[in-house]
Amino acid sequence: MKTGLGAPGWSGVLAATIAVTAVVPLLNLAVPETSALHLSDFYVSLLGKILCYAICALAIDLIWGYTGILSLGHGLFFALGGYGMGMYLMRQIGRDGQYKADMPDFMVFLNWKEFPWHWAVSDSFVAQMLLVVLVPGLIAFVFGYFAFRSRIKGVYFSIITQALTFAAMLLFFRNETGFGGNNGFTDFKRILDIPITHQLRVLLCVISGLTLIGFFLMARAIVNSKYGRVLQAIRDAETRVMFTGYDPVAYKLSIWTLSAVMCAVAGALYVPQVGIINPGEMSPAASIEMAIWAAVGGRATLIGPIVGAFFVNGAKSWFTVAFPEFWLYFLGALFIAVTLFLPNGLIGLLRRPAGLIGRVWRKERS
Amino acid sequence: MTPDLMAAGAQARARAVQQAQAGGGRGFVSQEPYFGQGVALYLEDISVSFDGFRALNALTLTIDVGELRCIIGPNGAGKTTMMDCITGKTRPDSGKIFFGSNIDLLRLTEPRISQIGVGRKFQKPTVYEQLSVFENLELALAADRRVRASLFSRLSGAQLDRIGEVLTLIHLKDEAQRTAGLLSHGQKQWLEIGMLLMQNPKLLLLDEPVAGMTDEETERTAELFLSLEGQHSLVVVEHDMKFVDQLTQGRKKVTVLHEGSVLAEGLLSDVQANDKVVEVYLGR
Repeated sequence: MKTGLGAPGWSGVLAATIAVTAVVPLLNLAVPETSALHLSDFYVSLLGKILCYAICALAIDLIWGYTGILSLGHGLFFALGGYGMGMYLMRQIGRDGQYKADMPDFMVFLNWKEFPWHWAVSDSFVAQMLLVVLVPGLIAFVFGYFAFRSRIKGVYFSIITQALTFAAMLLFFRNETGFGGNNGFTDFKRILDIPITHQLRVLLCVISGLTLIGFFLMARAIVNSKYGRVLQAIRDAETRVMFTGYDPVAYKLSIWTLSAVMCAVAGALYVPQVGIINPGEMSPAASIEMAIWAAVGGRATLIGPIVGAFFVNGAKSWFTVAFPEFWLYFLGALFIAVTLFLPNGLIGLLRRPAGLIGRVWRKERS
Repeated sequence: MTPDLMAAGAQARARAVQQAQAGGGRGFVSQEPYFGQGVALYLEDISVSFDGFRALNALTLTIDVGELRCIIGPNGAGKTTMMDCITGKTRPDSGKIFFGSNIDLLRLTEPRISQIGVGRKFQKPTVYEQLSVFENLELALAADRRVRASLFSRLSGAQLDRIGEVLTLIHLKDEAQRTAGLLSHGQKQWLEIGMLLMQNPKLLLLDEPVAGMTDEETERTAELFLSLEGQHSLVVVEHDMKFVDQLTQGRKKVTVLHEGSVLAEGLLSDVQANDKVVEVYLGR
C-alpha cells in the first residue's frame, strides 16, 4: 500500500522518529539537570501523555474527518484500554499494597475473597494486552454493527455514543463492577516485574511516540487506498455509495472498530505513565475534548489532529498553571474561533501560505 | 451426535442449498439476471403509501431490453417513488418487481441491486464533492466492492483506459484532476452519468438528468443517451418536453404517470393530444 508521503513527508516522519527515540531520552537522561538543555521529568511525562492523546485525535480523524461520523464516545475505548492495562498493573503490585495482601487493596477493602471472573487472566501480561485490544474492539464492533445497520447517522449517532460512554462511566463508578469504583486503579509499582522508575517512564514515552508514528503511517496508507476514498465518498454522499454497489455498513464498521482499537492502545500506554485510571476518563467531557483536538488541528488531514492534540494540551498545561480559572473559557473561545475562521483548522492556516508560495514559485520557474 | 440429529442437519443443509439455488434470502444473489425473454424490468401492481398518501397505486410497467423509455408526469405523480422502489430504497406495500425474468428486486438490498446491474442517477446531482473527477469515476468502476478488495486495489491498464473513455464521453477529460465540488451544475450531472456508465449497468434509471443544464449541454446529453440505447435499457424521467421529443425521435413510447399509476402510454404526439393528459397537466 502507498502512503502517498513525498520526500518532505518522509523526512518529517524520520525527524519525529529521531526526536522521540533519541533526542528526548538524551536531553532527559544524559544532559545534567543544571544545563539549560535539560528536559525535565515534568516535560517528559507531559510529552508522553500528549503523544497518547495524539493517537486518539488520529483515531477520531479517521472516523470523523474521513468518514464523517462524529463519535463523542471515544473516551470509552481509551478508558477500556487503560483499565485493561490497569488490571495487569494492579496484579503486579503483588503484596506491596497497603494491606500486604495477594489481592488488590480495593478488593481487600470490599472483603472479597477471590477474584471476579473478569480478572481471570489479569496476571498474564500477554493475555491482558490481548484483552486491551479485543474487548474495546468487540464492544465497538457490536455497537457499530447495530447502529450502522439501523442506519443511525449524524447527530443521533453522536448522542448515542455520548450516552454509551456516560452509561459505562456510571457502571464503572460502582464498586460491585470490580474496577475499583470511583477511585479506579492507582499506586502501580511494576510492569513485567520491572519497577516503574523514571527511566521506564522515558521508555514508555518513547514507545508512545513510536506507536503514534506507526499508526500515522498506517492511517496514511488507509486513506490513500481505494478503501480510504470509499470512506470519503460515504462522508460526502452515502446514498450514492450505496447505489454504486458498496455496502456502507462494512466500510463504516471496519474503520469504526479500527479507530476504537487505536484509542484503546493509547489508553493502555497512557495509564502506566500517569499512574492512575478512574471512571473520569469516560466522562462525556473527555470524549468531547478529543473531537476538539481534531477540529482545532484540522479534520481529514491526519497530521492536523496530531498538531491539534499538541496545541490544545500544551495550552491546557500552561493555562491551568498561569490562569487556572480561565482554561475552559479559553478552550470554548478556541473552538468557536476555529469553527468560524479556520474551517480547515491550524493545518489549514499553515497550508494556505505554503500553497500560495508554492504556486508563485512554480510560476516563476515555468 | 445422534443419528436423528445428523439426519436433521443434512436436511437443513439440503434446504439451504435449494434456497440458495433459487436465489432466496435477502441480499443473496446466486444467479445472473436473465434477459432472454426480452424484458429488462417488470413492475406489477406496485402500491406505496406514506401516511395514507398513495404515492403509487397499482403501478404496472414493462421496460424491454435495450429500450429507451421516457416517463413524464406532473409533480407528485410518483416518478421518484417508482425509482426508489426499483432500487430498493423504498419497500412497496404490495406488488412485484422483477429485473430480467428471474431476479426479484424486492428481496435485495440497495448495494446488491446496484451490483447486479441497475444504475440510478438522482434528481439532484450527487457526486463525491471532495474527491477529484477521476476518483469519482474510479470508485464507480465495476469491481469487487468488498472492504479487503478496496484496501489493496490497484487500477489495471484496461481499467485506466475505461476511465479515460468515459471521461471523453462525458466531456470532462480536461477536468479529470479537478475536485468534483468545483464543477458546474451541468458538469456534475454529467459526472454522475459517467459514474453510472462506469458501473456498466444493464438498466439505467435517470431522474431529471438535464435539470439545470444549458441548451447545448441538454442536446449533447440527448445524443449521449441515444448512443447508449440498444446496449443498455434506459428509463428517463423528465419534465423538459423538448428533451423528451429529442430522445423519442417521434417513434418511441412515452409513459405518463398520474397519481401513482399509468395514465397513458404511446407516442409523444399521441399522448400530448390525449384529453386526460391535457386535463392533468393543465389542471382543468
